[in-house]
Amino acid sequence: MTDATLAGHVRPGRGVSRYRERQAILGALGAFVIALLVFFALVPVVWMVLSAFKSNAEILSPDRTLLPRQWTLDGFAALFEYSAIGRYLLNSLVVAGGIALIQTVTASLAAYAFARIPFRGSNVLFAIFLMTLMVPPQVTLIPQFIIASRLGWVDTYHGMIIPQAFTAFGIFLLRQFFLGIPRELEEAARVDGASRLRVFLSIIVPLSGPAIATLLLFAFLAHWNALLWPLVMSTTDATRTVVLGLREFQGQYFTNWDALMAGSIVATLPTIAVYLLAQRWFIRGVILSSGFGGR
Amino acid sequence: MTSDATPRLPDTRTSGPSPRYRQPFYRSNGFSAALFLLPATSGFLLFVCLPVLAAFAIAFFQWDLVGTPQFIGLRNFAALLKDRVFLAALWNTAYYTVGVVTLSVSLGLLAAILVNRAIRGIGIARVLLAMPYVTVTVAMAIVWRWIYQPEIGLMNALLGVFGIPGPNWLSSRVWAMPALILMGVWKSFGYNMILFIAGLQAVPASVYEAAAIDGATGYKRFVHVTLPLLSPVLFFITVISIISSFEVFDSALVMTGGGPGTATTTLVLYIYEAGFESFHFGYASAIALSLFAVVLVVTLAQLAVQRRWVSYD
Repeated sequence: MTDATLAGHVRPGRGVSRYRERQAILGALGAFVIALLVFFALVPVVWMVLSAFKSNAEILSPDRTLLPRQWTLDGFAALFEYSAIGRYLLNSLVVAGGIALIQTVTASLAAYAFARIPFRGSNVLFAIFLMTLMVPPQVTLIPQFIIASRLGWVDTYHGMIIPQAFTAFGIFLLRQFFLGIPRELEEAARVDGASRLRVFLSIIVPLSGPAIATLLLFAFLAHWNALLWPLVMSTTDATRTVVLGLREFQGQYFTNWDALMAGSIVATLPTIAVYLLAQRWFIRGVILSSGFGGR
Repeated sequence: MTSDATPRLPDTRTSGPSPRYRQPFYRSNGFSAALFLLPATSGFLLFVCLPVLAAFAIAFFQWDLVGTPQFIGLRNFAALLKDRVFLAALWNTAYYTVGVVTLSVSLGLLAAILVNRAIRGIGIARVLLAMPYVTVTVAMAIVWRWIYQPEIGLMNALLGVFGIPGPNWLSSRVWAMPALILMGVWKSFGYNMILFIAGLQAVPASVYEAAAIDGATGYKRFVHVTLPLLSPVLFFITVISIISSFEVFDSALVMTGGGPGTATTTLVLYIYEAGFESFHFGYASAIALSLFAVVLVVTLAQLAVQRRWVSYD
């Protein structure tokens, strides 16, 4: 009788400790899996950075060490000697920056019209814009190239920038954002006689900082990363972007791993730096552009 | 997702102060809308709408770099069906997509669940896990090409620790595609993780409390509570991942150039080869349209079956 009651009292106690034990094991397992995933995510980047400071002979030798046995800048020296990497960086900046800027300005103007100005055909036009989102960009690649080359735009900055600067994504994103801004704010200004443009510039734009910054950031990253359009449009160093330059460089110096790693760092460091500095914005942007989690 | 359902207020501005007063046309809604829309629409017409229509037209022509284009009807499409490279590209792209989407979505979900807890330092883990997504694909494809080198690469060194002799990844017909898939997963799972975390954080704590009262914990709670609430995010991620995997190009071009043979030739890579190495614009357009058709069919199919498993309440 007493044994039974005792046992009855003990059992839940044991259960709790077993539960705690299980939680502890699960927690440790979770930490281990996180560590594995972080290892997976980081290894290529870390390995790239450390190897760029090794000599090519050391990279090619089968016994590896994580840290360079002898730190050297030979890879970077070769990269700058055998490729116009400085020019490529400038070109990438101009092209990605140009696309991001034009896309954001034109998309925000159009988004304002769709969000606020009632006009005939508004819904139809918006639907047409949205429908183009369904078409993969590779489908329009060939016609775009034919148009650009008929215009004589091959191997020019405007040829690299303008055909890529129009996408319905930005219009869609900003329209959603503008619709969430209370109308009363602009009604007052309109009653006082402010023009649409003035309302747009002095009320809507300042209130839409996060959405506009998101669009700029994402367009810039996407076009810094772009390969296909630059590949067909750029033919000389005058417009060659860093992504394209790196690809050419790998074609010529196939096994110069030190220089290739140096080039990869130069190409990808700006995007990683932007991400680390603006990671809150970046994460908000990913969520905002997906439409989940509201504004 | 559709927060634009807010009722539109009746627009009183256009009526003006008195019935006799008419606004000048340059103050009218139509005119200002046109001005606001002009830059985007003109660029759009020339560089998006026209190319979309042209893509359909060009596919019916034999259109080469030199010489006048000739209308050949459906012959490009007929040739596609007999083209071994095209069929290989179709298969390879499907293989890549299935591999990347299943692994990257499940890894993203696993990572999201593990890092969606208040532990010290977890924020850093989150930032690091999402980092591959922002790296430059061509640069990292070069790094991965090196990782996969048989003698000096990291991959086989790692396998060697466990006593597994690794293959010559990128030169193997069998292993080249899994190698590309692994890099694709590496690059994309962090993006999925970010969205899954947002989805998990949108689940109110009261739901979990209610589930706990009903006795659902651990695995049961995940399957019956978390997963259904996460289903809209899961659906979105799956659709987006499939579309972007179908468009894989950069890593294949840099790491394998489509080889060995046609083992890693993807649809977009074949569009590029047909269009800008052989300069058969018509044929390349036909390949591009088939890519479009596949993406469209898969997306519509997903939309059709989503009602069965996605709950929006």
